[in-house]
Order: sequence, then C-alpha cells, then structure tokens
Amino acid sequence: MTDTSATLVQGTLDMLILKTLALEPLHGWGISQRIQQLSRGVFDVNPGSLFPAFRRLERAGLLECEWRTSENNRRAKYYSLTRAGRQKLRSETKEWERQVAAIARILQTAS
Amino acid sequence: MGIWTNLSAGLRGLFRKRKAEQELDEELRDFLHKSTAEKMRAGMSREAAVRAARLEMGGLEAVKEGVRSASWETHVEALLTDLRFGARLLRFNPMFAGAAILSLALGIGANTAIFELLDAVRLRALPVKNPQEIARVVFDRRGSRSGNFSTRYPDFTYAIWEQIRDKQEGFSSVYAWAPVQFNVSPAGEVHNVQGLFVSGKFFETLGVEPALGRLLSTADDQPSCASAGAVLSYSYWQQGYGGRRDVLDGKVTVNRHPIPIIGVAARDFYGVEVGRNFDVAVPVCAEPLINGENSQLKSRIGWWLSVMGRLKRDWTVGRAATQLRAVSQSIFEAAMPPQYNASNAKSLLAAKLVAIPGGSGISDLRESYAQPLWLLLALAGLVLLIASANLANLMLARASVREKEMAMRMAVGAGRGRLIRQLLVESLLLAGIGAALGALLARDLSRVLVASMSTEQAPLFVALRTDWRVLGFTSALAIFTCVLFGLAPALRATSVSPGLALKEGGRGATQGRSRFGLRRILVVSQIALSLMLLVGALLFAQSLKNLATLDPGFRRDGILVVDIDFTARHLPTEARRAFSDELLRRVRGIAGVDAAATAAIVPLSGDGIGHDILVGASGDAPDDVPVAAFNYVSPGYFETLQTPFLVGHDFDEHDRLGSPNVAIVNQAFADKFAQGKNPLDFKFRVRRLMKTSAPYQIIGVVKDTKYTDLRENREIIVYSPRAQNEEAGSDAQILLRSSAPLAGILSAVKGTANEADPDADITFYNLHRMIDNGLLRDRLMARLSGFFGVLAGLLAVIGLYGVISYMVARRRNEIGIRMSLGADGRSIVALVLRECVLLLSIGLACGVALALAASRAATSLLFGLKPDDPATFGMATVILAAIALAASYLPALRASKLDPLEALRHE
Repeated sequence: MTDTSATLVQGTLDMLILKTLALEPLHGWGISQRIQQLSRGVFDVNPGSLFPAFRRLERAGLLECEWRTSENNRRAKYYSLTRAGRQKLRSETKEWERQVAAIARILQTAS
Repeated sequence: MGIWTNLSAGLRGLFRKRKAEQELDEELRDFLHKSTAEKMRAGMSREAAVRAARLEMGGLEAVKEGVRSASWETHVEALLTDLRFGARLLRFNPMFAGAAILSLALGIGANTAIFELLDAVRLRALPVKNPQEIARVVFDRRGSRSGNFSTRYPDFTYAIWEQIRDKQEGFSSVYAWAPVQFNVSPAGEVHNVQGLFVSGKFFETLGVEPALGRLLSTADDQPSCASAGAVLSYSYWQQGYGGRRDVLDGKVTVNRHPIPIIGVAARDFYGVEVGRNFDVAVPVCAEPLINGENSQLKSRIGWWLSVMGRLKRDWTVGRAATQLRAVSQSIFEAAMPPQYNASNAKSLLAAKLVAIPGGSGISDLRESYAQPLWLLLALAGLVLLIASANLANLMLARASVREKEMAMRMAVGAGRGRLIRQLLVESLLLAGIGAALGALLARDLSRVLVASMSTEQAPLFVALRTDWRVLGFTSALAIFTCVLFGLAPALRATSVSPGLALKEGGRGATQGRSRFGLRRILVVSQIALSLMLLVGALLFAQSLKNLATLDPGFRRDGILVVDIDFTARHLPTEARRAFSDELLRRVRGIAGVDAAATAAIVPLSGDGIGHDILVGASGDAPDDVPVAAFNYVSPGYFETLQTPFLVGHDFDEHDRLGSPNVAIVNQAFADKFAQGKNPLDFKFRVRRLMKTSAPYQIIGVVKDTKYTDLRENREIIVYSPRAQNEEAGSDAQILLRSSAPLAGILSAVKGTANEADPDADITFYNLHRMIDNGLLRDRLMARLSGFFGVLAGLLAVIGLYGVISYMVARRRNEIGIRMSLGADGRSIVALVLRECVLLLSIGLACGVALALAASRAATSLLFGLKPDDPATFGMATVILAAIALAASYLPALRASKLDPLEALRHE
C-alpha cells in the first residue's frame, strides 16, 4: 500500500477533511475511508497526519466533536463542521478552483 | 472566536489532562478496531488484520505525539516539566545554585539600582500634565552677564522675566521660579527647609491639583503682595504637620515672617527640579518681604529666577526658540541694568534667549551625575558579564558531568532541540530567581546610592519608582545573562555523539581539547574584564586621594565656620560691623580657640565674588579686562587658616574706611601682574560695574589657595580688608581654628553668641566636612568602583580556581605517572602553575588593552592623574596576578600531594 498523502499539497488535507464532513458527521475511520473512496484510492490518508489535523481544525474552531455510541456499543468520536468550518470550506474551495484554473492555463500555454 | 476556542480548549486539556489522554486513546483504538474489522471483512485472518492495521497506523505513541504537538498546551506542559526537573536539579546542588543565584542577584541588583537612579534623574518625565509641552527659557552660549547670582538656577533678573512674560508668543502660559532655603524656625536656632519662589501661573501652567485647600494663582502674585500665602508640598505636610487638615488655619514662618498656609500640592508633585523636593512654596512677590534688604526682585543685577512655560498647541520648542531669539534684543534693552558699564552692556546684548525642552524637569544633578551614573552602569554591566562568564564556566563543568545523561537521552530518541530547551529552561530558572532577588536588592541599593549623594545642606530627593522601564531593563538583563551563560554550555552538552560519549567509559568527551578550550577562553575574558574594573577602581580611588590630600593652601582640619545672618534684624551697617567685631573679640577670648577672623567668602563654599582689575593707578580700561576673585577679610584671616605669607604682612586695625586702599594678593596675582618686579610696588584699581575704585596698594603676597573648587587651576585672588569694604553684606562669617574638639568649642561659641545677642540667626559648620561634601561625587565613584572591582576580582579568581582544579583532576593520571617516574612536588606545582600563568598573561594583556581604550571615558571625572596612569595599571596587574596565582596555588599544591598509586588506580 503506497502512502500518497505525502504528495498532498500543504493545507489540502484540511480542505478534504472539511469537504468530507460537509455531508454528515463522521468518525476518524469514516473520514479516512471517505477520502479514499471519493479519490478512488488516489489519496490514502495516514492516521499520523489525520489525527493531528483533527486536533488542529478543532482548535481553530472549524470542527466540533461529540461522542456517540455506535451499533456494537463502542464509543466513537464524531466530527462535524461548525459554522466557521462551512465558511472556511467555501472560501478554500473557491481559492482552490481559482488556483487550479490558473495553473491549468499556464500548463496549456506552456505545452 | 478561533483564538478563544483554542485557548479554552487548551486550558481544558491542561487541567483535565487525564481525561483528554483517555479520549485520545479511545479514539485511536476505535480507529484501529474499525480498520481491523474492515480488513477482516476483506478476507484477512484476525492476526494478519491486526498486524496490518497497526502497521498502517505506524505506532500509536507516535500518532499521539503528533496530535499533542498540534496543541499549544503541550508545550506549556513540557516547559513545566522542564522547570520542575530544573528545580529538582538545583535543589540537589545547593552550592552551585546558591553561588549562581547570588552572583546573578548581585550583578542584576547593582545594574538595576543604577539604572533606576538614571531613569529617575535622566529619563523620566515630570509628574505633571502633558510634560512634553513644557519648555524652559535659557540664554544661548553667546554673551555674558554680570551681577549678583543667587539660587541654583540664576537664569534671569526679575526685570528680564517680566519682559519675557510680556513679549513671548510661543507659550500659552509661562512662569518664573527659584529654589531657595527657607528658615522656618519662628525664633532661636535656624531650621532650613527647601523653599520655592513661584510666579502666579506656576501651578496652573503645570496642571498641578491641590491635595488640600487651594494653590497659588495670579491673584496671589501681585506687586502689592497683600495676600501672600504659602503652599506646602504633600511630603512636608505629612512630615512637618502630621497631615493635619487644620494646617489651613495656621501659618508657616519663613525667615521670621509668618505667612498663612493656603493649601497642599498634589501627592506626587515634588517641583520641577529633578533630585530635589520642595517643602514650602510662596509667590515671587513675597521675595522682598522674606529676603529683606537682600532682595533681588527690584535689583536689575540680581540674577535668581528660572523661566519655564507650556507651549501653545501648534508650537514646537524650535519655533518658540526662534521667536524668543527675535525679541531678545528688545527684552535686554528694556531690562538693561543701569549699573552696567559699556562693556557689560555689550556682552549682555550679544546674548540671545532660546527655548529648550523641559518636560523631564531641570536639574543641576543631571549635569554632575549623568556621566558618573552611565559610567557606573557600564562598570556594573561588566560585573554582570563576569558573573555570567563564571556561571557559564560552572555550567560547562556540570555539562561534562551530565554528559552521559545527555548521551543516554539522545540514544533513546530525545531530540537535540528538546534537550537544549531543557538546559535553557534550567538557566532561565537561575536567571529568573537571580533577577527577582536582584530587583529586591536594587530597591535598597538605590536608596543607599541616593543617601550617599545627599548632604545636610542639599538633601537629595529622587522619586524612585519601579516603573515599566526598570522592570523591562531587569527582565532584559535576566534573559541576556541566561542566553550568555546558558546557551553555549547547552549547545556544547548536546553536541556529543551519543555512541562516542557512552563508549568512552567513565570519561566524557568534554575532556577533549576543544571543550576545555571554551572554559579557558571564559577565564581569560574574566581576567581581562576584572582588570578593567580593577583599573577603574584604582583610578577613582587615586583621584579621590589626590583631592582629599591636595594642599588647598590653607588648613582644613579644626576650622569651625560661624555664620551670622542679619537679614531678620534690620540693623544699620555700622551696627552690624560693630556686632560682628564684638562677637569676633569674644570668640577669640574662648579658651581653646587658637585664632579667629571674619571673611566674606569661606573658601570652597561655592560662593564667590569677581571684579575687573584695571592695571596701574590711572588710565582708561582696555577692552579685555582681567577678572580676579575677591575676599573681604579681617586681620588674622591668614593666621587662622594658616596660609603663609611669601612677602609683606597682614592687615591691621589702621586699615579702615577712609584710609588708603590696601590689598593682599596671592602668588598667581603677583606672577601675572608684577612679572618679576617687586609686587609691593604694583598698583591696580578695581572696577565694580560702573564704579572704579581708587588705586590699591599691595601690602603682602600669600601662597596660592583654592577659591571655589578643589579642581580649579590657579585663581587670581585679591584680599581686601573687611573694614574698607563699603558693601558689608547682610551676613558675616567667623572662621575659628582650634586644636580642641570642635564639639566643645561649638557650644562655647553658641553661648558667647547668645550672650552677645540672643536673637541672632547663627549656623555652624565644620570646614573639613564642607570640603568633604564637595567631594561627594568622587567618593561615590571611588566606593562603587572599588566595590565592583573587588567583586569582579573575586569572581575571576573563583573562575580561575575552578578551571585549574578541573585541569588537575583531568590530568590526575599523567601527574601520577610523572610522580612515579620521579617528579617531585615542586615540579608538579610548576606544571600546574604554568597553565595558570599562561591564562593569566593572556587575560592581563587583553585587559590592559581594553582598559586603555575604555578608561578615556573617565577622563573628566579624574583629578591629578591621567586615565592611562602607568602606576595604576601596574598596580592593578600586580594585584590581580598575585591573587590569581594564590588561587591556583591551592589546586597545584593538592596535585603535588597526590598519592601516585591512587592516581594511577583512578583509571
């Protein structure tokens, strides 16, 4: 299994986490699976970077968390977006699209 | 919102640490569990799935550490752990901790105390409203003024003040003021307090509020002065009146004149003069009443007022100066003293008025103490540097002991940064405790400093307050020293390769040459810096000795000065002369009094009279007229002060008003004017402003004496009989010499004076004591630099002792081998001392070079020797070398007494 998360652009992981949580609250494993599925296996996020990112986003007030008991009576920590988190996701997405478009333009003219 | 969430979550994490850790653990376990379950669902066996999941996770602890480091409280926590660890280490080494903290506290304390004083004297603004708007009106450097100068700031005459008040445009309001001594005793013995004459706008301009009653206003300062009232300072109200509110019903007696008390000034207002505190303020218009016939107010040649004001909103000091300069000429013309001759007038008109910033108050102290204080701060800084070097040395020694600990911790994965941080936290702990103790020490030290700068006549008042500047300075010092003594050892200690350090058995790599080199460099610099301080201490001590033992041309010991003030007595001139002659006659009759005389000027009291000398018995005055210092004395003056006659004889009773003018001159006068001819044939006249005297006949020449200041060069002095002097002042001084204890003489003189006139205002002082008070600054410099020098020498010697002892310990084996091969004790001592001599000579050489460069800063403070005085440098070098050699002789001796077998077995 190759760990391609290292090739993620700095700060992109935060955006992906926020995006994943935009649909519904999820626990850590769920988020990691969702990112893997949605990227069709391109990004496989390492827990070593995932959990510190949770803590960071939580501290920044973008995520909030809540303990829920899952089906087999295990407690799991669910993350969800705060209002600030949603705003941040919107602005990040816009910025990302702007940058991607710009890079695409440069690449087209260069080739 | 983000910061707030972060902060509160962090604090929660900090205080509910266990819960937070549990939750993190649970979350990660949940992840593992789900990951394993997923893998099993995909068809792995349970064991394979668990293994794969763990591998993917990559170490539970590592992930936890990652999460922790994403939150700030972890750093705080690590810091606290380091602090606890550091504190524990210090507790285990009380000697080390004690020495380190004490040397830092002394160094930081001395620096802070001096800085506090500098801050108060030099940097801080006046405690008034918007101090930056306050400016002072002064003369520029051109031109010169003649007349009677009294008070500490004799900038202007009353007439010029009135002109400035009316013609200035840059100030929204201006005021004049003068500091004086007020005798507040209603009768009997004199009791002086610090008085102020202030014009009507003084308090209003400064924006000072009353603490009680009301303050003086323009209505109180009218020419008629019908309602003159007095304002007390808060501290005087507290000390002199116990803070009673009924003072407003009472009066304060100023020079025998009762004046109603109208109010008390705000608590923190000490006046506009930094270094002095006023006690009683009265309006300027009351000056004629208080000073009687000595009044300067109406005299156009009486210079006694200082003028300050508050700038208009859109005016700068520069613009106000330009405006004042433009109106200067018309001001001087309007206020021209009628007594001035043509050349006096020309000099006055050549001057210009300007404005200078006054927001930090004015101070004669600042001029005389700013440079010494900066210098002392530099010396104290050097002491702190030496203390830091000493501490760095101790830390390095400890580092070599802890080498294995460091190597072990690095081997199990501690980062170098983490270890450096921990070592720095330890240093910071030391520096912090040292600084805190130093700050406490500084409060007392600065009080002692202030006390040692005060005299009875001029008590020094400095509003010492620990403000942000002082606190900032102290903490900056703490951090600076911490980095200074902590960083290099921390870098050193952690730069070991763990494998090497662990492998080298009992001996750490610190014993390698390069590591030991740093300690040597530290010792060399300590010696160099100590030599600088020692040179400074010896220079100032020698300068003080030169001043204290200087021959002023008269006797200092056993002379009592009796000052009689006639101001309050309204006696006619003749009655005064009769009274002081009578008192002099009675004083001479007291048993134990060897000689007595009267004089208008007591030498070195700071007072002086100067007049123009016109050469020859007649003729016009040239443009450039020489000025001589004058004294009016009775017969017996030279006998009393034991100033020898070189030629001629003393005055006698026949030299009276109406008889031909006679004078006794000093040798400097004779050298300048007689130029080899017989000075007794030389004739001269004296010009006092407009009046030129009849010719003077010289009847004697005496040895040169100091006139106003011990440091002055040869002054030209003319003595003339007191009996021939028409302008007999309102006071007379009787000087008497006695070989008996002055205390006994003093009470006898008091009795005699009381007999002659029970109402006379009489004060006494000891001439020697007065001259000593003039050397206050020199004594302060000598004492403090001496203290610093001793401290520095001590620290350097401790450092050297440490390094030599360490070297001996390191070379134990070698010494053992040498001894078993037949080396005797003496050659071992020589071996060890060789090392010491090497360090010492490099240190001394550097120190001499540094001291030569730095001592120039002290030139103006030294008397009778140059800053590069070879004898002083030689003495400092010898002293330091001697104690340093003595300090390293001990470990050398110990080395020579080693048991060779034991030393070899140590391996």
